[in-house]
Amino acid sequence: MNVWIAIGATVLGCYLLKLAGLLVPAGVLERPLVQRLAALLPVALLAALTAQQTFSTGSALVVDARAAGLAAAGVALLLRAPFLIVVAAAVVVTAGVRALGG
Amino acid sequence: MARPTGAGRRAVVRDSLGVGVAVGLSGFAFGVTAAGAGISVLQACVLSLLVFTGASQFALVGALAAGGNPFTAAAGAFFLGTRNAFYGLRLSQLLALPRALRPFAAHWVIDETAAVSLAQKDRGAARLGFTVTGLSLFLLWNLTTLLGALGAEAIGDTNKWGLDAAGPAVFLALLAPMLRTATERAVAALALILGLGFLPVLPAGVPVLVAALAAPVILFLKGRRS
Repeated sequence: MNVWIAIGATVLGCYLLKLAGLLVPAGVLERPLVQRLAALLPVALLAALTAQQTFSTGSALVVDARAAGLAAAGVALLLRAPFLIVVAAAVVVTAGVRALGG
Repeated sequence: MARPTGAGRRAVVRDSLGVGVAVGLSGFAFGVTAAGAGISVLQACVLSLLVFTGASQFALVGALAAGGNPFTAAAGAFFLGTRNAFYGLRLSQLLALPRALRPFAAHWVIDETAAVSLAQKDRGAARLGFTVTGLSLFLLWNLTTLLGALGAEAIGDTNKWGLDAAGPAVFLALLAPMLRTATERAVAALALILGLGFLPVLPAGVPVLVAALAAPVILFLKGRRS
């Protein structure tokens, strides 16, 4: 049930954000401070989410095979690999490290 | 424009399909991640059909898997979706869609459709790019979400196959091109410290919202220094 509540809230919130952009008069969101904040907010969230989903299990901080997988994804990104290759690199290396008992 | 219109339109369609297919296939990663997070196949498909903005979907299932309450989980997804409002603002001037069409077009206002539309030279090409990118991405993203979720369910323990690394790898791939200036890197670094630092002490889902404060904090510090 909790999951459906979260899904409902996300569906509604995300759609209203998209619609707001198309309907709101340009001036409201054109202020430089609002623009800067909107560009930086995803940076903060993505950095925090990447770190949390790599280095935590529940509320405990852990370093496990996922760290190796993420490092592989980082290398793939530096080599300008396509999106799916980046994700595949992380998955394959994580599975490999686990198979080796890491 | 030296090119005849027909060739110009074909080029727009080709570019749009390239983006739509490449990114649409990433629905696999979402389906798999959702199943690994304990989200049902139906729930994963509803998310892809009705939310249709990848980063928000990954954030939501990640937060739910970590045991976050529904509202903090949804709040993280919402904040990630704020950029779509700014794309919409640009697109509304560029595409100049009829009012009646806007509630429907809004669903397709995402990173990829905005990027393709904004790269076009005129309104006609932008409308074509928006439509073809939106349609191809929407169809493939939903199809591959279903296949990914079904596949992950079929193979059982998704962690054994390393599929729990797909979510963070997706976030990293989305984040990397945003880290262009010192300001962006400072925000990322502070968010990382806040996100991990508060993880053991705050309820699930809340640390990521605290980490979002990195954006205004760094902007404030930068404003004071200059």
